[in-house]
Amino acid sequence: MQAFHRRRFVALCLAAALITAPVFAAELTVSAASSLANAFADLGKAFEAAHPGDKVVLNLAASDVLLRQLEQGAPADVFASADEVTMDRAAAAKSIDTTTRRDFAGNTLVLIVAAGIKVPEALEELNGAGYAHVAIGNPESVPAGRYAKQALVDAKLWDGLQTRLVPTQNVRQALDYVARGEAQAGFVYATDAAVQKDKVRVALNVPTATPVRYPIAVTAASAHAQLASRFVEFVVSTDAQAALGRYGFTSVAP
Amino acid sequence: MPVGALTPLLLTLKVALCATLLATLFGVLFARMLGRKRSVTRDVAESVLTLPLVLPPTVLGYYLLVVLGRNGAIGSWLLDHFGITLIFTWQGAVIAAAIAAFPLILRSARAAFTDVDRSLEQAARTLGLREPAVFFRVTLPLAWRGVLAGALLAFARAMGEFGATLMIAGSLPGRTQTLALAIYDAVMAGDDARAATLVWISLLLAIVVLLIAARLLQRHTP
Repeated sequence: MQAFHRRRFVALCLAAALITAPVFAAELTVSAASSLANAFADLGKAFEAAHPGDKVVLNLAASDVLLRQLEQGAPADVFASADEVTMDRAAAAKSIDTTTRRDFAGNTLVLIVAAGIKVPEALEELNGAGYAHVAIGNPESVPAGRYAKQALVDAKLWDGLQTRLVPTQNVRQALDYVARGEAQAGFVYATDAAVQKDKVRVALNVPTATPVRYPIAVTAASAHAQLASRFVEFVVSTDAQAALGRYGFTSVAP
Repeated sequence: MPVGALTPLLLTLKVALCATLLATLFGVLFARMLGRKRSVTRDVAESVLTLPLVLPPTVLGYYLLVVLGRNGAIGSWLLDHFGITLIFTWQGAVIAAAIAAFPLILRSARAAFTDVDRSLEQAARTLGLREPAVFFRVTLPLAWRGVLAGALLAFARAMGEFGATLMIAGSLPGRTQTLALAIYDAVMAGDDARAATLVWISLLLAIVVLLIAARLLQRHTP
């Protein structure tokens, strides 16, 4: 008898949770590029503070991985990618609401070296001894890797460095390998390097053919489109821009 | 970085074979050390040794990266004394796969050793065989099917190792990119055709391994 009551009580709680959850609080899933990890954690909290009851859930991965998930129907509400190429693909696949698309930040690609490694003064020096492993986001799926590959191709270094390159699944894995000293050098964004500034040193800014820009948009399949566009508005607001600036992102003129 | 399907296939076989050999060696050794008696200490020891099977592979990968990395306890020692780095090498992938697969052999081998008729071992002892000889000439030959079953499971586990391998060996095409990693890379790059090819190869490989396993274990059934 007692067991029966307990079961009924549990069932009631479950039902209540299922019914009331959407009424009282919306859970906003934000798919954001790995390089945005720290900054968006802050923005998410600030947004939650301004919207009591609503919750921001961050889904962090390389931009292309996020796009793959979106294309396969992942229930994300907002998509923030680390380059225009990925967002263009999302638009082509009709995965985003293109009217909500805006650029919200800029960044710089940098070459970093591990502690105790000679700081190179030019990309060419990566061919020298002492740089056995160079971590780079996989250009097939990571924007930071795409920018870095383009820079290396332009400098006619790409083919020669093949045996030294260690492709990673996202930009933060490249940062981690250099921070641990497993790779002697690596390509990351200036904002990533700042996260581990006691373990890695920025050797030089890598010129990119196109400037590093972060676009954001509400997804086409968002179940909370209104709240999602409010989040997008928030990210381009002065307050959020200042917060992004604290993490080293440059602001982009609207 | 285009690499054909053959390279990841051969690499997968190489890594899985080496990992299985390594895991079998240590699995049998530890199963023998744990012995057939049960006690709290032995149970705790077995639980600890089984951890790699239970923990998420990324936990394993993290610890391996910390211990085997160039600043890690073992990694720095290997580097200073032998100039060996395991990170980003296929040997690193072997270690990750071997540790992940080891508990499967340990468990089956221990069960198999326990099932061996005690009186046969005692008979060997009364006939003057020393302990190592009793193990190698009586216990192991009688328990080989259990050990082999464990080894085949370990081989399958080693072939599919992903998380820990990705963390310590990376996903270097042609060098450490096994089938499991190559499939992930292909999917993430949106190359579904390549992913499908690699998936088919994996399926065929798995079926071949299972068929061989069935044959090996069947033929000697009394």
